[in-house]
Amino acid sequence: MSFSKLTRRGLIKTSAVAGAGLALPTYLRADAHSGFTNAPTGDTVTFGFNVPQTGPYAEEGLDELRAQELAVQHLNGEGDGGMMNTFSSKALKGNGIMGKKVTFVTGDTQTKSDAARASAKAMIEKDGAIMINGGSSSGVAVAVQGLCQEAGVIFMAGLTHSNDTTGKDKKANGFRHFFNAYMSGAALAPVLAKEYGKDRRAYHLTADYTWGWTQQESMAAATEAMGWETVNNVLTPLASTDFSSYIAPVLNSGADVLVLNHYGGNMVNSLTNAVQFDLLNKEVNGKKFEIVVPLYSELMAAGAGKNVQGVIGSMNWNWQLQDEGSKAFTKSFGEKYGRPPSNSAHTCYVQTLLYADAVERAGSFNPCAVAEALEDFDFDGMGNGPTTYRGADHQCFKDVLVMKGTENPSNEYDTLEIVEVTPRAQVEYEPDHPMFAGGDLGECNPGA
Amino acid sequence: MDAILLQILNGLDKGSAYALIALGLTLIFGTLGVVNFAHGALFMIGAFCSVTLQKILTISTISIDETQKDFLGRPLEVKTPIMENWFGPEIGGLIIDWSVPLAILFAIPVMLVIGYVMERGLIKHFYKRPHADQILVTFGLAIVLQEVIKYFYGANPIPTPAPDAFRGSFDFGALLGLDTALAYPYWRLVYFAFSAVIIGAVFAFLQFTTFGMVVRAGMADRETVGLLGIDIDRRFTIMFGIAAAVAGLAGVMYAPINSPNYHMGMDFLVLSFVVVVVGGMGSLPGAVLAGFMLGILESFASMNEIKAILPGIDQIIIYVVAIIILLTRPRGLMGRKGVMEE
Repeated sequence: MSFSKLTRRGLIKTSAVAGAGLALPTYLRADAHSGFTNAPTGDTVTFGFNVPQTGPYAEEGLDELRAQELAVQHLNGEGDGGMMNTFSSKALKGNGIMGKKVTFVTGDTQTKSDAARASAKAMIEKDGAIMINGGSSSGVAVAVQGLCQEAGVIFMAGLTHSNDTTGKDKKANGFRHFFNAYMSGAALAPVLAKEYGKDRRAYHLTADYTWGWTQQESMAAATEAMGWETVNNVLTPLASTDFSSYIAPVLNSGADVLVLNHYGGNMVNSLTNAVQFDLLNKEVNGKKFEIVVPLYSELMAAGAGKNVQGVIGSMNWNWQLQDEGSKAFTKSFGEKYGRPPSNSAHTCYVQTLLYADAVERAGSFNPCAVAEALEDFDFDGMGNGPTTYRGADHQCFKDVLVMKGTENPSNEYDTLEIVEVTPRAQVEYEPDHPMFAGGDLGECNPGA
Repeated sequence: MDAILLQILNGLDKGSAYALIALGLTLIFGTLGVVNFAHGALFMIGAFCSVTLQKILTISTISIDETQKDFLGRPLEVKTPIMENWFGPEIGGLIIDWSVPLAILFAIPVMLVIGYVMERGLIKHFYKRPHADQILVTFGLAIVLQEVIKYFYGANPIPTPAPDAFRGSFDFGALLGLDTALAYPYWRLVYFAFSAVIIGAVFAFLQFTTFGMVVRAGMADRETVGLLGIDIDRRFTIMFGIAAAVAGLAGVMYAPINSPNYHMGMDFLVLSFVVVVVGGMGSLPGAVLAGFMLGILESFASMNEIKAILPGIDQIIIYVVAIIILLTRPRGLMGRKGVMEE
């Protein structure tokens, strides 16, 4: 071998080709022989947990991460097994997945779509993550779902409640266990009519982004069907911290109910502001004024303190449920972390187990085989009663909880109480429902 | 008419917070010539003084109640605040209930010390450096302070209620004989009055005390005051501490309005800088005037009637007004010639 023929031009050309090759995303070059992205070759398989670790939802992200870590432990046969003991499918044996030990890497979504995509991309390309799970925003979920579709990995969404996630933005590689805005409206409306009457006038304050819009549309449709009138809908900027100027006009609008289509810090602040204006002690149209928060979270309810007392909302799951699955998960989580799990922790835990179970049943990590195993899969024992992962849109259908802020809390975790477990049949809808129209699931992408 | 009155009232408390933060920013800029991007963090630390005092006052003894169960089915740990053990449920409960106003006394020394340490430990090394360096280092400091608070208190907002005596709202509509409700929360009225007192106290301090007179002289001509044998640097350091205390007090009393969280300072920082620029760099009355003016304008822009004509105006109104004012009065409303000008 001689270097005498190596010219400057040749060196540049070779470097350029080698550089381009190295720059190619992992999922476009490695493991091409296996036919799908990040096919596990060793004795481990890697999950990517993409949660907000900084930013305003960091506490929610931390709780998701706790649950994801617990799920990995249970999959690997450590701990008490949690919901694996109550899960109707018995494919998981506590020896990892298909004999491979489960490991995980984490990413920080910062609750920003671009940051979430970047962290998911890094976990897929650099760490070889075969599945991405987590998040607590619909904007983030839609963005990461799109990325996973392109990359050829499965996305098991965390907390995302916008209709769009499994509506116009649904993807074949994406799956949502969490409930959605339509389901909140369908579950809440009958309870609201029963508690507050059918002759009500509602004023909506709505966070100005995808989740807020679909939440407002769903609540307005469901309550109007019950006889309520929607007086006004005011869009509030997502970055708002003080809602007083939006709340002040409510009392003179003729409305006797305020619906806060807000989540997270927005919800804490708008509810606090509304209570400061003493709305809950006012009487309008001869009726006591009421406030409704369609989407609750334990962590946000704690942030709002006494202000949530008596206020009705909905949740995907709550640790106070007394079915065997919920009790097993709450016990595992509570003994490990000294606190009850939130509903975002629950959905991430369940999603991780569901993915693992689907791989075992499919007998393959190929995302298309996994997707096929998840589609129209009926299961039970995961805290929400009999549940189906509908194949047409990859949305889970199960019971929904209607909650109310506890009037006399007995301890720091006693912030919300269950008013009603709304049966699944009441919140179901057709895949081509107008609120979910416009999207196309497309074809599963195995990547590579 | 009542809608206009309502938005003026709303603007007053928002303007109070802007004015107090901008006043501190201007004090620091006017005395030390430093552009302090950590000022929002001082506001946030003030709010966390309320949280901290609330936590101190609610330190509890734990007893086991066998008749009740916790979430894991174990006997419930019942917490009783030490205050209630010491002073009885009524007086102990009252002290806890008044934790936010009491936090004023707690926050003043804390904020003075934080301001003093911040100035002596870091900012004094950047006096002769360009404003860009000052902005970078103080912005970095703000992020560090934010993360420290997040480490100790978490990322979730922490409810810090006002005393029960101030729950509810006052109906200006009934007072003015209007047919419609014009409710305004009591605590926001307290906040406005508190801000007015603090602003008045700062002006009185600068106007009617020898210390204030020397500081004003130093702001006008630092070198000459130094030549008279007065240690103006030490006085300016104290002014930094006072500015920190003003921002801190603004935060203490703001805690019941919006539950404190670690990034609340950043929410106010940029707007407060706009307030300072609109008011005129280095002008204390300008900062106060611009604070209230922009607070009220922001409230008006949130009115449904205005948003129907100009969608999204509530998000940009402050910046639009800032552009108009700077185009017509480049030094701001009450800016002095020569400040930040070569």
